[in-house]
Amino acid sequence: MEENNKSKQEYSKMVDMVSPNSSLVMNCIKAFVVGGLICVAGEAMNKSFSNYNFTKDEVSLLVNVVLIGATALLTGLGLFSKLGKFSGAGTFVPITGFANSMVSPAIEFKKEGWVFGMAAKMFTVAGPVIVYGLVTSMVVGFIYFVAEKVM
Amino acid sequence: MDYIKAFIVGGIICLIGQILVDKTKLTSGRILVIFVSLGCILGGLGLYKNIVDFGGAGATVPLTGFGYVLSEGVKEEVDKIGFLGIFTGGLKASAGGISVAVFFAFLSALLFNPKSKG
Repeated sequence: MEENNKSKQEYSKMVDMVSPNSSLVMNCIKAFVVGGLICVAGEAMNKSFSNYNFTKDEVSLLVNVVLIGATALLTGLGLFSKLGKFSGAGTFVPITGFANSMVSPAIEFKKEGWVFGMAAKMFTVAGPVIVYGLVTSMVVGFIYFVAEKVM
Repeated sequence: MDYIKAFIVGGIICLIGQILVDKTKLTSGRILVIFVSLGCILGGLGLYKNIVDFGGAGATVPLTGFGYVLSEGVKEEVDKIGFLGIFTGGLKASAGGISVAVFFAFLSALLFNPKSKG
């Protein structure tokens, strides 16, 4: 048993040695550039939508509509997964990743039915994101309430 | 200049995500959960607003920005309606984004079929 653990450790050490460190650097550069460019696109839309009579909230919703819509289209055409493989966190950290996490299983699992296939699997990742986001917001809201209204 | 700031701030947030992917065993889904909660906490502390003011879309487009929207929404609702705002604020502020994502996911399922792998 002990020997088994030891060989496992040695193995992971070997893997660390063999896997080139430059791949981490390269992955980071790709993520930085692609993620940065998606945000630049968002900024460009921010600016152009602001030229019309939209409120700030409406502008950010419209930016989301375009980014999520574009993600849905690219996912449906099978192009998003290629981009995702290239850029890693560069595409899944922006709102595009959240959108893809819903669109991709929605398409994939409709063969298992429209209720417990498509609709349920849509929330495999988005569900936890919404749950933990909301719970955190309630904690923030509670602390804010105590700090502002009680104290 | 705003574009450069958005590029750098957005790039750095994605880079942090990439380091988490490569250096930990966290899956992308878990990282998204962490980023949303982190954005919400930083928003609650009033720190994320500074990042948004500096980076614009560079801070709002990544999923930490979604967390920030939740925290801003809950604060606004607490100001407006008091205690019950704790429960309604987050979802109210994020309603548009979530509904749009559901809409496009549903529409895609209607329009597209799974691509064969490979």
